[in-house]
Amino acid sequence: MHTFIHGTGVIAPYLPGKDNPLPAPDSQPRLRCIEPDYKQLIDTRLLRRMSRVVRMGTAAALTSMKDACVEMPEAIITATAYGCTEDTETFLTKMIVQNEQMLTPTAFIQSTHNTIAGQIALMLKCHAYNNTFTHRAFSFEHALLDAMLLLQEGEISNVILGAVDEMQDTRFKILERFGLYKRAVQQGPWGDPAQRDSPGTIAGEGATFFVLSTSPPAASNICIKDVRTFFKPGDMQPNILAFLAEHHLKPSDIGLLLWGKNGDARYDGVYDETARGLFDTNPVFSFKRLCGEYPVATAYATWLAAFILQGREMPAGLLPAGLQAPGHVLIYNHFYNIHHSLILLSAC
Amino acid sequence: MEKPVWIGGVGMISAIGNSVPEALQAIEQGKSGIGPMRWLPSAHKDVFPVAEVKLSNGDLADYTGMPCGITRTALLGVAAATEAFKSIEHLLHPTFKTGLLSATTVGGMDKTTHFFKEFLKNQSGGRLRNVVYHECGSPTELVAEKLGIRDFITTISTACSSSANSIMMAARMIQHGMLDVAIAGGVDALSTFTLNGFNTLMILDKAYCRPFDNSRNGLNLGEGAAFLVLLSESALKTMGIEPLCRISGWHNATDAYHQTASSPDGIGSCIAMRGALEKARLQPEDIGYINVHGTGTVNNDQSEGTAMKQIFGEKMPRFSSSKSFTGHTLGASGGLEAVLSVLALKHGLIYPNLRFSTPIEGLGLVPETHFQTGVDIRHVLSNSFGFGGNCTSLLFSKN
Amino acid sequence: MENLIQDLKIQIIDQLNLQDLTPQDIGDDQPLFVEGLGLDSIDALELIVLLQQHYDIKVANPEDGPKIFHSVKTMAEYITAHKKAA
Repeated sequence: MHTFIHGTGVIAPYLPGKDNPLPAPDSQPRLRCIEPDYKQLIDTRLLRRMSRVVRMGTAAALTSMKDACVEMPEAIITATAYGCTEDTETFLTKMIVQNEQMLTPTAFIQSTHNTIAGQIALMLKCHAYNNTFTHRAFSFEHALLDAMLLLQEGEISNVILGAVDEMQDTRFKILERFGLYKRAVQQGPWGDPAQRDSPGTIAGEGATFFVLSTSPPAASNICIKDVRTFFKPGDMQPNILAFLAEHHLKPSDIGLLLWGKNGDARYDGVYDETARGLFDTNPVFSFKRLCGEYPVATAYATWLAAFILQGREMPAGLLPAGLQAPGHVLIYNHFYNIHHSLILLSAC
Repeated sequence: MEKPVWIGGVGMISAIGNSVPEALQAIEQGKSGIGPMRWLPSAHKDVFPVAEVKLSNGDLADYTGMPCGITRTALLGVAAATEAFKSIEHLLHPTFKTGLLSATTVGGMDKTTHFFKEFLKNQSGGRLRNVVYHECGSPTELVAEKLGIRDFITTISTACSSSANSIMMAARMIQHGMLDVAIAGGVDALSTFTLNGFNTLMILDKAYCRPFDNSRNGLNLGEGAAFLVLLSESALKTMGIEPLCRISGWHNATDAYHQTASSPDGIGSCIAMRGALEKARLQPEDIGYINVHGTGTVNNDQSEGTAMKQIFGEKMPRFSSSKSFTGHTLGASGGLEAVLSVLALKHGLIYPNLRFSTPIEGLGLVPETHFQTGVDIRHVLSNSFGFGGNCTSLLFSKN
Repeated sequence: MENLIQDLKIQIIDQLNLQDLTPQDIGDDQPLFVEGLGLDSIDALELIVLLQQHYDIKVANPEDGPKIFHSVKTMAEYITAHKKAA
């Protein structure tokens, strides 16, 4: 059974469009989302309590529903590795500074990982299935898996699936101390991470939502075929071959490989070793060039894969030369060589 | 006929004991785990009683064979998951696909709080080793590595229904043939963060909680971890063991009424309970015992009781809240209560609802107040509801 | 009383992050909850802390909220009645 994409809503550092510049870091090694005017999308009475990540998630979810012409979802599933860091920090700071006295509930209530999924349900008065996955760089993959299983179970016909993580200042400062990010930032667009040979990456963020269904939409035949995660797998080549074989595919059938190279010289070699001998001649694109590194970046990659499979226009020279209508797109991501994942999309 | 999903083992750690036998003994003796704060560093130390696991982090590290520097959440998780896993570990076939599905709300918040105190003074302050375990996935991975589980590892976070949802996801994955064996449940350690959070909502009782009593005035926070071993039919046969019971029904629904409060008519919990019954193809009268969510807040018990009356009418099954023993363990509560539900079914046990004297005005529901053994129970319902309106009910049935 | 009401309006807007409102938009007798300003029980908890922070008044029982926080005027009256002698 295939899972079709009926609608999408994306808030990201980059969306393809004639006037949209390629994303560039500012003074820090991070790519920031281009955010919409939330007041156009969300009731101001609700907005007043929402932190940035909740706004991003809720707005992207509503946009995906509008795109799919769905008014009431039959399930809501979200993924977030970091959760609602801003509210967590607000509450934690006050708790420490005020020695646990005179604290107010709003930041605490909004700090739970299921805030976004709950908020969407509350806005829509949606009593349906509601779940949130929060397992690092598996979060989106497992939320997608849950959505696909629900649709296969046949009791519902659509699911809202979304992944949200924001890079907020404090988290950035802490992760920077772990040495995750590049020390020197060049001016201008980031360029292809595959060309970098220094340690560290560039932080990213985003909210990516999908409306999924088992029936194809009128205007598109793009489907998500499968998703798989691997925890500290060692050699990924046998896993990739087995995964493709389950769908009667060989590496040469993959019209485009979207891999998760993030420009960190310490970890990008893993992609080269895995691809060697499997994908030597396939067109390859590093999707983190457009969204930066964050745990649920594969949600953006999934959206990008669908966008490309639909034959929609990308800026000239961005995608690999000679890329034809790809037919099958494979997303291969690893997060610090611990969490590896594969997502397969096809024109069905 | 849907493929059956079997329960092959259980493990739990909570304020009433570090293992399943210890917990059952405490319940039989009517010993609640709630008491004055001992380990949790809080300005409210003498104000709010809590249900702490009676081991320090150092003791827990010794008990689990884990390093002391990891978070309490991970230590508790390893303790309970190991107990559940060790009962079947030697029977695992190399071809089995085994998964760990955990749940938590706080993750490594206990250590993060230490880090943040220093970080607030100076942004290059705070030891990084105290924040490295912050994310919800971290305790899950420490448990997975300890047990040697690689095939599937995930973490769910839906507030107080978190581990009910990880158990539900595990059961579904087994039905879909994606896993043969799943260790599923959840864990939460007490943290000053959640204590203060619940205090701002003014739903912490300064006395010991009294679920379903008319005088109830809030919950007591607790901590713990609990895991179930779920098995496919073929795994059960290969292993040749007698299952404890099977998980026959489950349903996840949303109240969609308020960010933290439950609706007066309990619509979300009603849909969850009804859905679990439907999934198991059972009628309300088939249920022999309900382990209620029963937090002891004015709002929850009113809402849940109203939903129960809508479904069961005058033929109310026996029910009780084990939170009167364990406190509200948040992300772990669905797991702890699932373990107790499985044991109730297996051994014919009914757990008392401590400190109950007067039924809630207008509802008139009377929970069980005495420990009973040898009761013929065929089906047990376990309720878990949480912030964000997340409601999940699980149903366990005799073989 | 007039000054207290004006102060309260500013404090309420700030505490509850009512970005689109000015003190003039809130009537002295206008109900704050549901049909009025559309506040809810979470706001009531925020207002309880506001009373504690700015006026040193402790509301022990959240059930008293609806009565005290009916309008800015009822809040002002409650504060005046419960203010500790300076």
